Amino acid sequence: MQTAPWHVRLTGLVLAFAAKLLSGASARWRHCQPDSCQRIYFANHTSHLDALVIWSALPRAMRSLVRPVAAADYWASSSIKRYAASSFNAMLIDRKDVKVHRNPINVMLEQMGDTYSIIVFPEGGRSLDGQMQKFKSGLYHLGKKRPDIELVPVYIDNVNRVLPRGEFLPVPLLSSITFGEPIWLENGESKNDFLNRAHQAVLSLKDR
Amino acid sequence: MNWLLDTLSLSSGMLAEGPTVSVVELMSLNNATHILLGSVLALLVAVFLAGKFLKHQSEGIVNASIVISFNQRIRAWLLLSAILVAGAILGRGYTVVLFGFISFWALREFITMTPTRRGDHRALFWVFFLLTPLQYILVGLGQDFYGLYSILIPVYGSLLISARIALAGDYKRFLERTAKIQVGLLITVYSLSFAPALLDLKLYTTEMLAAPLEEQVVWNSVQGTGATFGLLFYFVLLVQIGDIFQFVWDKILGRRIIAVNINASKTWEGFFGAMITAMLVGALLSWFTPFNWWQAPCIALVTAVMGFTGSMTMSAIKRDRGVNDYGTLVQGHAGILDRLDSICFAAPVFFHITRYFFTSVL
Repeated sequence: MQTAPWHVRLTGLVLAFAAKLLSGASARWRHCQPDSCQRIYFANHTSHLDALVIWSALPRAMRSLVRPVAAADYWASSSIKRYAASSFNAMLIDRKDVKVHRNPINVMLEQMGDTYSIIVFPEGGRSLDGQMQKFKSGLYHLGKKRPDIELVPVYIDNVNRVLPRGEFLPVPLLSSITFGEPIWLENGESKNDFLNRAHQAVLSLKDR
Repeated sequence: MNWLLDTLSLSSGMLAEGPTVSVVELMSLNNATHILLGSVLALLVAVFLAGKFLKHQSEGIVNASIVISFNQRIRAWLLLSAILVAGAILGRGYTVVLFGFISFWALREFITMTPTRRGDHRALFWVFFLLTPLQYILVGLGQDFYGLYSILIPVYGSLLISARIALAGDYKRFLERTAKIQVGLLITVYSLSFAPALLDLKLYTTEMLAAPLEEQVVWNSVQGTGATFGLLFYFVLLVQIGDIFQFVWDKILGRRIIAVNINASKTWEGFFGAMITAMLVGALLSWFTPFNWWQAPCIALVTAVMGFTGSMTMSAIKRDRGVNDYGTLVQGHAGILDRLDSICFAAPVFFHITRYFFTSVL
């Protein structure tokens, strides 16, 4: 595990603080505790801030071990964004340029190694109206290739109102991040069944 | 309670910058204010300990849920008192800033709970980052800006909000959406800002005002610099007494419920009990206000009635949204707005009564 330069870590701390202040995010752990073991967190996707907000909601000791997966076409589009992304430990994945030998799933698994946890957004993109879309199959392949890892559902509430799609000025409303009970890919479970179950696991955290 | 830690660490940072100033401020608070602050804090700590003691009693003696609810109120009251004491030590400017942060957070809770549409986003941005700070800056600049801060939000704010939402191009439920944001801003920011605005009043007792103009002395200067802090504390205390005793008398005497769909525990017996208690306390503590023996209970009555209407109004909004507390949606416990609703409603009325009858503006 390599350590980032001090200014990158400092920027990360500042960003996490700002994100917490701005989104008023409170983290809730339900049937799941913060742990440094390897995990895949999967969440609904509503705003560019999502990756940063979830990462900030984690306890500080865990942050260096958790890497939010973010879209390279957005976060690598300028040097400032690229720097910001590196400060919150983001793993930039190209959504557009997918090749057989550089399949995003393999890239993620490779970069995870046996130390890092990742945060993924299986919807693939942000929804316009805050409603959850169907999950893409990436989560299934991750679960299949790493059956030893806990898959933790995460529900992000209200961040889409803090910074909706297409806006650049945030409004400081109060949002919340709920971490739910881990799931695994069952033996012989079909792709559709699993994706539906994962979708339900996130959705069930909505109604408390 | 993270916000409190934030504000407290912020204020301690300010303290570190100018320790000499704050010590001077502290020393110059007059004796009456010292005695008031001391005795109220002592009383609160005593009640707090009593609550802790009750909590460990067996089920039969007292109802556990009542004790929990009572303890929550007392804890909120202690926090508010701590903020006021910190403000009194740090000075008027810092108190205005502290109230500004409280307003900001209350507005956050209000808007979070109220559904808004995408088209409201830009309007909300201006509400949070222009109107709210501007209102408190004007209040901080003092009485010279009374003319502007008393119309900024109800007039210009309302115009700005409706215009910005119209420009965003979404006409669905337009009136409802503008009204929601306007009401939220009016209650959590505009109304509450009249509490710290009290600090800049030049007060006179009615006898002082009756004296010929050239012989008039300002009550503040007779009392010492902390005098207006005493008045602010008096105001907050009256509202809280109204709140707490409404709760206590409801539990002891409550029979006839006022509006069962709004709040199933508030009764007429509790209402009158609370009003009488507030009047008694108001009269008893009148010696550190410019009010005399009969003015104080009248003002206390109006303040307590306003506080009551405030918590009823906010309950109505909460019932409509189907939540119990403004905090529940996100934090899972009562929020700031749940504790401040009565103060928000009472502040402008208390301010204007004081300004109209006890300053030389007329």
